[in-house]
Amino acid sequence: MSGEGLTVRDLRVTFDGFKAVDGVDLDIRPGDLRFLIGPNGAGKTTLVDAVTGLVKATGSVRFGGEELLGKPVHRIARLGIGRTFQTATVFEELTVLQNLDIAAGARRGPLTMLRRRKGVPEAVTKALETTGLTELRDRPAGVLAHGQKQWLEIGMLLVQDVKLLLLDEPVAGMSHDEREATGELLQRVSEDHTVVVIEHDMDFMRSFARSVTVLHAGKVLSEGSVTEVQADAKVQEVYLGRASEPEPAAVPVAEEA
Amino acid sequence: MTTTTSPAKTTTSVAQPSASLLERFRVPGAFFLGAVLLLGIAPIVLSDFRLNLLAKYLCYAIVAVGVSLAWGRGGLMVLGQGVFFGLGGYAMAMHLKLADAAATGQTLPDFMQLYGTGDVLPWWWKPFANPAFALAMTVLLPMAVAALLGFFVFRRRVKGAYFAILSQALAAALAIWLVGQQATTGGTNGLTDIQGFFGYDLNDPVNQRTVYFIIAAVLLLLMAAARQLFVSRYGELLIAVRDSEERVRFLGYNPANVKLVAYVVAAGMAGLAGALFVPAVGIISPALIGIVPSIGFVIGAAVGGRASLVGAVLGAVAVAWTQSTLSDAYPAAWTYLQGLLFVVAVGFLPGGLASLVTVLRKRRIPTRTTGETA
Repeated sequence: MSGEGLTVRDLRVTFDGFKAVDGVDLDIRPGDLRFLIGPNGAGKTTLVDAVTGLVKATGSVRFGGEELLGKPVHRIARLGIGRTFQTATVFEELTVLQNLDIAAGARRGPLTMLRRRKGVPEAVTKALETTGLTELRDRPAGVLAHGQKQWLEIGMLLVQDVKLLLLDEPVAGMSHDEREATGELLQRVSEDHTVVVIEHDMDFMRSFARSVTVLHAGKVLSEGSVTEVQADAKVQEVYLGRASEPEPAAVPVAEEA
Repeated sequence: MTTTTSPAKTTTSVAQPSASLLERFRVPGAFFLGAVLLLGIAPIVLSDFRLNLLAKYLCYAIVAVGVSLAWGRGGLMVLGQGVFFGLGGYAMAMHLKLADAAATGQTLPDFMQLYGTGDVLPWWWKPFANPAFALAMTVLLPMAVAALLGFFVFRRRVKGAYFAILSQALAAALAIWLVGQQATTGGTNGLTDIQGFFGYDLNDPVNQRTVYFIIAAVLLLLMAAARQLFVSRYGELLIAVRDSEERVRFLGYNPANVKLVAYVVAAGMAGLAGALFVPAVGIISPALIGIVPSIGFVIGAAVGGRASLVGAVLGAVAVAWTQSTLSDAYPAAWTYLQGLLFVVAVGFLPGGLASLVTVLRKRRIPTRTTGETA
């Protein structure tokens, strides 16, 4: 299980005439830990929505030799692309173990489905350890702390056997320690997966990003390493020009550049 | 967070924390108790009349088993189970009417001789003369209709109230259609005055008891089957679909198929219930399968606890019993009470009476804060 690359060409998404994503080209190499940043409304989430089949788009998105645009959500998921949402969506009434077991099972046949779960699949055991949730496996997911829910979501992507993880603001609302733990988790995960993170938290981005893409008004504004992007004049302009941005976690990139 | 690598093979290790003896035999024990009550004690202590009433209630309970699966676990508000109950009931009644007619040397059922236009049996009645075909149809016909409907409805992501209204409209449509086809379906009267059940005289109390035993046995079997579905991986997935369909889709499942299975199984159960209702009560008519009875089918499950199998079944029996007791004394008041029960159960106690203990216990223990900020 090694990561696979994602190639996006001239991606466009339009909502009632509003160009949410406006001709984006993106190359994400296998094994990258790419951060997508940009002001609110830059089209980051819409881009991920388009890649995962949630919104209609034109252009081309290729992954492992397959064109994704036009495929239904569950088919794209089966190709090995997993995503999380801004608010953690785990199955609250089910236990941590059940959540992971369901995530691991999209390829199960009808006979397996009709039987009761006996034992714990190895991938699930591994994901429990990777995410540090082993102790909590019999708890209902609904009682987990916010950070733990996000880790469970990442764990669900791991057992789903995805090659590419698309994470939408995974550390939003987390404490400092939780952020650190999540960052380390992402680095471990990216050893054999490709990871794309949408993030507002610039400290978090600086600490853990391997490469960065800055989106602005539906277009790619800048791309490169953390240092390159921070030095980019266009990026500084965009971030300094939005001082009224009500996003306390988002410290302007240009600040330290 | 721990980073230890997995200790080789832990797959076969214990899945559940070692359950106590009581916990382990709780379900089989309850099942055994239910079987003793239904098959042993009830037939001894109840009069023929009461036992026959119970048989009727148990038919509603069979519908409730399906409702518990589709609505309780799958979140599908099946407000039109009357359709499937009706299809099963009519399939059975058509056969029994044909058999009754044949027993007296007639070719046509009695109502067709009165209202029919000719003396030829409509073509779609003919295969129902075959008992095996009719029996199979009581289950397969409702399942096929549910599969067809569900295929289109779930793929188009119709859900929630829209699904409920759609399924209810279908129940109304079937009832209205039946009323309009008096010559071939008996119209408003339905198929009535059924005398025999596969050669046995239904007026004989002994045979009525047998019908009761069949119904009780079928209920127990279906409860066991539903229980297996509940605890299976499919059952867990069904809950996941109910609570977050979109998330399930991103895991690579097609939620439409998951829901379809629950819907079709529930329809089959309702069909079987309708089929068994006919020999127990001796009639199937549009009034028994339209909108009001369709709502009635889910109220029992809602009151007892739709997500709990035993809750749904007991609720269905209790509501049906209350209905026949109260509607004799205050016919007008029952409809209001029925509506009130439904609103209270769905609005204030979604888990039904089965959840009352848990709800009260939670009240006493302060709820855990999850530290959620988003």
